[in-house]
Amino acid sequence: MGGKSVSLAKGEKSKAEKPKGKKSTGARFRDLSLWFVLVAIVSLFFADIFLYQPDPWEEFTRIGWGMVTPFWPDANELLMSALHTVSFALLGVAVSAALGVLLAIWFHWRVVRVFSAVIRSVHEIFWGLLFMQVFGLSALTGLLAIIIPFAGIFAKVFSDIFHQQSSATVDTLAGSSRLSRFFYGWIPQAWPAMGSYIRYRFECALRSSAILGFIGLPTLGFHLETAFRQGDYSEAAAVFWVFLLLIGSVRLWFYKKLLPAYLLGAVFLLPETPPVNASFVWQFFTQDLWPNPLLNGDLPGAMSWYGNVLADEVGPALIQTIAITQAALVLSGVMALAWYPFASRWLVGRYYWVGRFKLLVLRSVPELMLAYLFMLLFGPSALPAIFALALHNGGLIAFLLANHSQDASSQQRLDSPSGLARYFYQDLPQRYPAFLALLFYRWEVIMRESAMMGVLGIATLGFYVDSAFEEIRFDKAFFLILVAAALNVIVDSLSRRLRRAAGLKTPRM
Amino acid sequence: MMLRSVFAAAAGLLMSAAAVAETFTFTAIPDADESRLNARFGKVADYLSEQLGVDVKYIPVKSYPAAITAFRNDQVQLAWFGGLSGVQARALVEGSEAIAQGYEDQFFKTYIIANTSTEIDASDELPEDIKGKTFTFGSKGSTSGRLMPEFFIREAFNASPDELFSRVGFSGDHSRTIAQVQSGVYQVGAVNYSVWDTEVEEGKIDTDKVKVIWTTPTYPDYQWTIRGDVDARYGEGFKEKVRTALLDMKDEDLLASFPRKSFVPASNDDYAPIERTGKAIGLLD
Repeated sequence: MGGKSVSLAKGEKSKAEKPKGKKSTGARFRDLSLWFVLVAIVSLFFADIFLYQPDPWEEFTRIGWGMVTPFWPDANELLMSALHTVSFALLGVAVSAALGVLLAIWFHWRVVRVFSAVIRSVHEIFWGLLFMQVFGLSALTGLLAIIIPFAGIFAKVFSDIFHQQSSATVDTLAGSSRLSRFFYGWIPQAWPAMGSYIRYRFECALRSSAILGFIGLPTLGFHLETAFRQGDYSEAAAVFWVFLLLIGSVRLWFYKKLLPAYLLGAVFLLPETPPVNASFVWQFFTQDLWPNPLLNGDLPGAMSWYGNVLADEVGPALIQTIAITQAALVLSGVMALAWYPFASRWLVGRYYWVGRFKLLVLRSVPELMLAYLFMLLFGPSALPAIFALALHNGGLIAFLLANHSQDASSQQRLDSPSGLARYFYQDLPQRYPAFLALLFYRWEVIMRESAMMGVLGIATLGFYVDSAFEEIRFDKAFFLILVAAALNVIVDSLSRRLRRAAGLKTPRM
Repeated sequence: MMLRSVFAAAAGLLMSAAAVAETFTFTAIPDADESRLNARFGKVADYLSEQLGVDVKYIPVKSYPAAITAFRNDQVQLAWFGGLSGVQARALVEGSEAIAQGYEDQFFKTYIIANTSTEIDASDELPEDIKGKTFTFGSKGSTSGRLMPEFFIREAFNASPDELFSRVGFSGDHSRTIAQVQSGVYQVGAVNYSVWDTEVEEGKIDTDKVKVIWTTPTYPDYQWTIRGDVDARYGEGFKEKVRTALLDMKDEDLLASFPRKSFVPASNDDYAPIERTGKAIGLLD
């Protein structure tokens, strides 16, 4: 059952995805879901949760008033940062998609798989902070911060897409090299699916590009963060609406045929990269990233340095990071299931655009800002982080599910139920496998982002990474980033195993 | 095709960068109002350019670490740092020097503020009642929002903030510290006195909800720090020219961007107390 909704790619049926065991598919999905709910409930006891009772209404009034009175004194400035945002995203996606194809071709090598998992396990902001130490606030820093993690993500998804293609075409190319089998066999077949994924990824890149402004790159996030942090809510709203317009209107201004022109334009628009001091780069990689005892060859000293960081920071931070992730994962799922029907024309009729707009807003507001709003409401603890992550990711999954639901409406029959019955007895069961698969895909993303929530002062891994950067202790920052990356790699492989065991296919984005 | 244009572009970027290398570049993060940095500090750049006879450019940054990085990487040669970030930056760049500070920075101070629902009264000593409350600093690397208040709190109670308060946060910004204590998200906070005074004057603060409960002793804060190699690169006596240009800055419009009344001479030694404090609380090695 349910396979229909996710198997739009031609062919399918790779050996690993055959369901095992005697349980029915539905029972397996149910059990899996319940396990995750259970883990989430247990996590709540470990998460640093506390409910304060602030008096946020004055601040909320100001935010609300700001949202409806957007104002920016210098339209030119805003336009330039919007163009910068698009430029970083376009070039980032173009280069990372190309690299992703190359990595996907050799994805059967474990070393390539691990490499891809490692590079995508570090959040764009952390890549940005690292490269900023070497390349300054430059085009190169921003591009690398997008290209590196995105290449790892493309590699994984392209490889999954290749696996879903029929091998019949490729078999006729017997005897040719691996490269030509891909370029004449797999890639042409997979191109439609790859194209639609690249388009989806472009929206993600727009968000990443904007968020990089938070650490100083000249994108929309730069102004958004400053205005929001300083309480200039009308200005924050102006930037936010521009950003929303940009994301919401991609379909209107993005023409495939104009892509070369766009890319060329993007190259000219990017800020300049100052000359890179080679000796400084060398010093950064060979000295700054490593603790002093290690550089001096003092092995016991180095062990105790790493031991201290592990005990004082990594231990407590890991518990918070994992607890927040698991709780946010399940809450995202609940929200996605509750929201997606309202954005599907097939389920709610002509007012579906209201639901779609809501989902656009939810997935466009940076999680850090959502978290701030919730902090005003609930006070500082892990609670705002959980809600923010759940709202953002739930909104994104709901958006993808609503698209699936609308696409499947052509399969409806005369005797299809209507109203709630349609949702519960027809659409929800059909969407459920895709829903689970999407949630598993988001798992590592939520983990990565919960590490980021630390910058709010909730003691996750990101909190300590941020502190280490503030204290100019790159050795510590680097070690903590490695720990965060390792955690992500583990979650990624766990998610892959669970997806296979449950017989879930790669979701369509 | 796509890749080729990217490479061509990368080459183009590197070349255009080389052409602007000998511009004198500075950065500054004011302690209040970070809006429209480019427009405001662009005027300061114009003024400096006129006084120094070289091209002067301003680049905006987001945070103290970003400013330090830019200074260390020679992306900027002059920077308006906070007390602590100046010490950090000078430790990383040999020969760099504090050349001027704001008039107000000779005797800077921090206010400890509390939500009125805590019913803590203002006093000359740091009130005992702040124990067990939730507390927020400003940005982690801020002198007035973190370093000095943490130092005085440790001195008064002989305990770290984590031990003393039920929760310790970092709001990231002075204005936000005020907003958070006012709305009760945190009960107590530490804020730069000049930001507080300005916002009270502008009527942005509801003094029925939040008030000052203690003022720290004074300490040195913001200063202009310049790289040691500028004389070699921009001509003999360049450092002195920069210092003179800063001390001679009288235009109120320019000074308002920082915001400072005027600039006065300063030296690295003026910041020894900050360095000692940073070491004492473990923020500096």
